[in-house]
Amino acid sequence: MLSVENLEVVYEDVILVLKGVSLQVPEGSIVALLGPNGAGKTTVLRAITGLLGVHRGRISKGSVTLDGRDLTNAEPPQIVRAGIGQVMEGRRIFREFTVEENLRVGGHTVGRAEIAAGLERAYDLFPVLADRRKQVAGYLSGGEQQMLAIGRAMMSTPRYLLLDEPSLGVAPKIVAQLRDLIVEINQAGTSVLLVEQNASMALSIATHGYVLETGRVVMDKPAEALREDEDVKEFYLGLHGSERGSLRDVKQYRRRKRWLS
Amino acid sequence: MAEVVESIVRGMGLGGVYALLGVAFVIIYRATGVINFAQPALMILGAYVTSWFGVSNGLPFFLAVLLGMAVMAIVGMVVERLALRPMVGRPAFSAATVTVGVFIVLLIVAGRLIGSELLTVNDPWGLETVELGGATIFVVDLAKLVIALVAIGLVGLFLARSRVGLAMRATAFDQETSLAQGINVGRMFGLSWAISAALASLAGALVASGASGVETTTALVALKALPVIILGGLDSIKGSVVAGLIIGIAESLTRTYQPLYAPWLGANFDIIVPYLIMIIVLMVRPYGLYGTKEVVRV
Repeated sequence: MLSVENLEVVYEDVILVLKGVSLQVPEGSIVALLGPNGAGKTTVLRAITGLLGVHRGRISKGSVTLDGRDLTNAEPPQIVRAGIGQVMEGRRIFREFTVEENLRVGGHTVGRAEIAAGLERAYDLFPVLADRRKQVAGYLSGGEQQMLAIGRAMMSTPRYLLLDEPSLGVAPKIVAQLRDLIVEINQAGTSVLLVEQNASMALSIATHGYVLETGRVVMDKPAEALREDEDVKEFYLGLHGSERGSLRDVKQYRRRKRWLS
Repeated sequence: MAEVVESIVRGMGLGGVYALLGVAFVIIYRATGVINFAQPALMILGAYVTSWFGVSNGLPFFLAVLLGMAVMAIVGMVVERLALRPMVGRPAFSAATVTVGVFIVLLIVAGRLIGSELLTVNDPWGLETVELGGATIFVVDLAKLVIALVAIGLVGLFLARSRVGLAMRATAFDQETSLAQGINVGRMFGLSWAISAALASLAGALVASGASGVETTTALVALKALPVIILGGLDSIKGSVVAGLIIGIAESLTRTYQPLYAPWLGANFDIIVPYLIMIIVLMVRPYGLYGTKEVVRV
């Protein structure tokens, strides 16, 4: 179980971004972390993977543990070796490298044999990458780059995979494909923490969901309950009736949103 | 005819050394985005250490060179850890300024160590020559070229093929993403300094070989690497090799023929030739000969 307890994060020693966030990713599950822009979703991931330092942030309170082992403030290489992989927002592939080199970098922490096995697995999962293994990655389409980023993260055979907005800037058809891939990866034994603004996609595959707003978890429910929740429907799924379309309702929306936080 | 060949070969020897120094700059620049102005001091210290092993302790030349490179690699790593690591995340300009400070400190250290003597490295070729179609060629020039190319080739192979080389290139490209892959980015920085300092040390040993020897002020030779890397493209190893040879040969030809054909340019005109070439090429190709333009998907 990947567990975040009462986490507080400050940037530049002044900006408190997370104000006591707790969440759990049980083994074998897909957990969705939803929330609007600036809620602190990416910061949660950075805190787990040790990348806060790059952004001049630090954990000021709380803990991150993996199966009881404390990873709070651990170095990123140590965290990767502990079994946590991540796909960063915006794909962040090495554009000037070939597809295969990108994958090999993902296998930096594992042995030669595991890299060979990992490559085979990645090409199996993403046949389109196999066709382009010698091509420069910068010329892949957006969806292919996202697949490459996921494949790269899987090279270290993580037990927990953190995905930051995989559906961002990807065609709807590819979003469906990515969703199926995430399910496939999960069924092969990797637990997933999925950060998404595309709530309908995330909740369609998640077992549990958290809603984060301005640095706090405001909802913590099984995905099914979140799908049925009126507020989630309205604010995140965009499923509201025509009677809720006026400006007055927007005010009400604001007020109710405050209630939530 | 013989004179042209002699001049060109001398230029190629010079160019080999410039290429080594250029690659030393490029490796640190690619990994960290910093231009390392301490390079000349590392070169001169390398010459000193090689001389210490080779002359003071009587070790064979090649062993002395390798030991010198090893010692300087460690010096490079220590410098990176103490002076540059705290600058990670700061603008590259600030870090480059730190390297100027490092340069001054190391140069003073080198000055103390070397004193006023002329260092030699006990190299096997000295003033030996070979005849080639009527031209008299100094073995030292051929040795400089060959050794430099072999060393650069090995470094290039290491970067292209090995896992650590790949990680170094990844770090150069995107530090945060590399961290996320479990790469120890700090270690890659240290390694780039180690390789770079080792190459500078080799360059120092080569400069000191032949009849020339080295004194503290010879460090300024390493500044010729600046036009080399700018001409070749800041991030290109191949560019450094090509540009190093171009500049070495141009400098040598100028030294041979300018006093004959253009004496009105005055003495020591060959010293400014590298910079002239740099300026002219930059007008035509602002990225240098082989500098990368970013890969952008359209």
